[in-house]
Amino acid sequence: MQLIFEKSVPGKRGYRNPSPDIDVHIQVPEKYQRKQECGLPEVSELDVVRHFTLLSQQNFSVDTQFYPLGSCTMKYNPKFNEHIAQMPAFAGLHPLLPQLKQGEKLAQGALEVLYEMEQLLCEITGMDNFTMQPLAGAHGELTGVMMMAAYHKARGNKKKYIIIPDSAHGTNPATAAIAGYGIISVASDKNGVMNLEELKKKLNDEVAGLMITCPDTHGIFHSQIDEIARLVHSVDGIMYYDGANLNAVLGRFRPGDVGFDVMHINLHKTFSTPHGGGGPGAGPVGVNKKLVPYLPVSRVIKKEDGSYALNYDYPESIGYIASFYGNFAIILRAYAYTLLLGKEGLKETTDHAVLSANYIRERLKDRFELAFDRFCMHEAVFSAARQAKRGVHALDIAKFLIDEGIHPPTIYFPLTVKESIMIEPTESESKQTLDHFIDVMLKIDDLSKTQPEIVAGRPQSTPVSRPDEVKAARDVSTNYFLTQKDIRTSGYQDIRNELVS
Amino acid sequence: MASFIANTPADVEAMLKTIGVSSIDELFADIKRSHAPKSFNIPSGKSEFEVTEHLSRLAAKNAAGLIPFIGGGYYDHFIPAAVTALISRGEFATAYTPYQPECSQGTLQALYEYQSAICTLTGMEVANASLYDGGTALYEAAMMAARLTGRHKIIMDGGVSPIYRKILKTYTSNLHYEFTETPVVHGQSDRPQIRKLLDNDTAAVILQNPNFFGAIDDHADIVIKAHEQGALVIESVYPLSLGILKTPGEMGADIATGEGQSLGLPLNFGGPYLGIIATRKKFIRAMPGRIVGQTVDKNGKRCFVNTLQAREQHIRREKAASNICTNVSLCAVQSLIYMSLLGKEGLKELAQLNLDKAEFARQEIEKIPGVAVKRSSPTFNEFTVVLPKDASQVVEAMITKGFAAGFPLGRYYPGMENYMIVAVTEKRTKEEILAYAKALREVIH
Repeated sequence: MQLIFEKSVPGKRGYRNPSPDIDVHIQVPEKYQRKQECGLPEVSELDVVRHFTLLSQQNFSVDTQFYPLGSCTMKYNPKFNEHIAQMPAFAGLHPLLPQLKQGEKLAQGALEVLYEMEQLLCEITGMDNFTMQPLAGAHGELTGVMMMAAYHKARGNKKKYIIIPDSAHGTNPATAAIAGYGIISVASDKNGVMNLEELKKKLNDEVAGLMITCPDTHGIFHSQIDEIARLVHSVDGIMYYDGANLNAVLGRFRPGDVGFDVMHINLHKTFSTPHGGGGPGAGPVGVNKKLVPYLPVSRVIKKEDGSYALNYDYPESIGYIASFYGNFAIILRAYAYTLLLGKEGLKETTDHAVLSANYIRERLKDRFELAFDRFCMHEAVFSAARQAKRGVHALDIAKFLIDEGIHPPTIYFPLTVKESIMIEPTESESKQTLDHFIDVMLKIDDLSKTQPEIVAGRPQSTPVSRPDEVKAARDVSTNYFLTQKDIRTSGYQDIRNELVS
Repeated sequence: MASFIANTPADVEAMLKTIGVSSIDELFADIKRSHAPKSFNIPSGKSEFEVTEHLSRLAAKNAAGLIPFIGGGYYDHFIPAAVTALISRGEFATAYTPYQPECSQGTLQALYEYQSAICTLTGMEVANASLYDGGTALYEAAMMAARLTGRHKIIMDGGVSPIYRKILKTYTSNLHYEFTETPVVHGQSDRPQIRKLLDNDTAAVILQNPNFFGAIDDHADIVIKAHEQGALVIESVYPLSLGILKTPGEMGADIATGEGQSLGLPLNFGGPYLGIIATRKKFIRAMPGRIVGQTVDKNGKRCFVNTLQAREQHIRREKAASNICTNVSLCAVQSLIYMSLLGKEGLKELAQLNLDKAEFARQEIEKIPGVAVKRSSPTFNEFTVVLPKDASQVVEAMITKGFAAGFPLGRYYPGMENYMIVAVTEKRTKEEILAYAKALREVIH
């Protein structure tokens, strides 16, 4: 498909600006003006509508396909959420209004949404307080780890390391490193959960805390999670709950009850806000009493008269981590969803997500090797090792599924499982959809035995076939206005030498 | 069912039978009984109608009817209908990060086009597929400069948004960076002070244009001085102003960042917004976040993929350039749709309209006895007003007259209690501006 820039015709306009209703016309002084022509396309409104409609049709999405992408929780995103988010009295509200004198009165409705969602999340997770500010899951992690650091600093603790299981998402070690900590990795045991004996060996007084996803990325819940908390607390470490998989335990388990001190939630996973092709998300962070003093500012409070206000006066706070109060329009969607579902509905989503994952696990386990042969929670992790021996790798399976109109599961993650295929069906998919998916997977296994070459070389039905990723990284082209030859990439040392020369 | 579950009781029965258990509870055996929730006191579910009623009541408690003359980096621009219609398409909104390029070309091509649009807008060579917002983009740029130079000192102009400056300080509080802030002189950057501070430990000078006071500057001279010391320059911009203002690229800046809200995104009480970052081509590997690149498929057909992923956390883990996982893809595509509708002429015209309307408002405000408007440097669509009394009280009084009159500076700049910044976009009509000036006159006298 042509790029929007390639459809540009000089003189075309896609939007009419308001007519000037004033007779003032000034010029910015010459030295402050742009001289280079801006290359935005010149196209009509219909050109734009058609271009982006056709582009959108080149995507798989939850609205159009089964999307069992493990670890990402691609559940249905109710249209009701979108309807609420577009209410003008929320969408048009300026974030600086509550920072004016008496300005909180101007945003009482929005502040109430934030406050009430905090209360709901506290009750759902068993934490004592929440900040809604983090703008994504990884941003929540960083906020949580900074609070962990503030806690240790306040107590005069000399801490250097964070323990992270080898099955963790890449964001955990990346976050810990950016916050200034070293990483101690702990392997999984034969049951797919963090090895308790190895943890005991590696735990020491310099450990600041432990970050764990529970259930983990193998889809398995660590039944000794309370023992882990006890051990980590014995060295005054902080227990961090990565809430990426919170959708597996709603109404069944609350991190706060077993000693987790801090956690984040991905609202775009468990609370059904759309993933947007890679954001925006939201990553609220909950804490227990130990860490409340370090929460970022501002905090939303409810006053005695029942009105809401922003409070900035927390001397031990880690400070500002976002410009305002979080991705408000995402939080609003999640709030609407939580009210719709309520207590029974939330628990039901968990129950059905786990039921569906186990159904797939059971029906595929004789043909695809299970990473861990036991009940799973919301996702089932297989290995395509058997198929790979026949020449059909996890990647081939993924691409074949695309031709069948199914978005592939997550592949090659978790890194702990060879040829891994991580399937998360979610509660919103029906048995009929699961049966179809299972049939296709069984067909792939059959083909891997009889005609492996048919599976390789897919997909064939999509607008483009397998891309040359090596070329993309070698002949870097990320900007229509530069030719590929223009972009050469250098190592840091070359750049530093050049900068000082 | 209210929880969007598709299975009938018969389906559930059949699935349990296949699994070989008699109840869903059995699947949760790993969660000990003693770990059951101590409480789960959530209200019962409600219908769409009931939740709409509830949220409409809350919405009515927001003063959404005030006529906004408030900006501070976030502006009330008009959003064409086609933007909202197109970005609401489920194929964009309900897709995930494009890890499977063959069935994600829609998102990938749109992000490639977005990156290109940002490059031509800012005059830079490469952009990423977006970061969370303008504030966190500036933090990522500072970290990027530190990585590139291997240095630890950062000089920050006092005209950079005070909110952004606070964010930067939070993130770096545990790390070994040294921040120095230079004051603003006559609305512009303090050149002698910046020159004095620049040395061979300086990683970056951070500047903003127009700055928080609304003043326009040309930082090309600072860039030259910084480069003489091997330091980089980061320029935070208001993208819509680049329809007419000198670009970071033309000033020679090394990294451009910006808050993309002005490009077709609602104010949304603070988010989601759009973090823009763009740089020189040679720095591309140090840039954080997703980058989409062009390549060919096995039949030689042009296509797009996530590229240079070796910088990212899902590959590099603790050695990644940043911990961020996703970006704000949908907001980036939204801004691209907006920029495509406006086109180069439309954007230029819109920027000019903002400039003219602001000038008209400035002239009307200047007519009020006792009120002065800062004119020591040119401005775009926001400017600093000096009042004869406390600006926060004036703004409070203006609310009762139906206006969000501006943002008082005293909150972030002690000693500037009588100052406020006033923003005027294309949406403010002549009548509104005249009514504003009349109301301000009444409040002051």
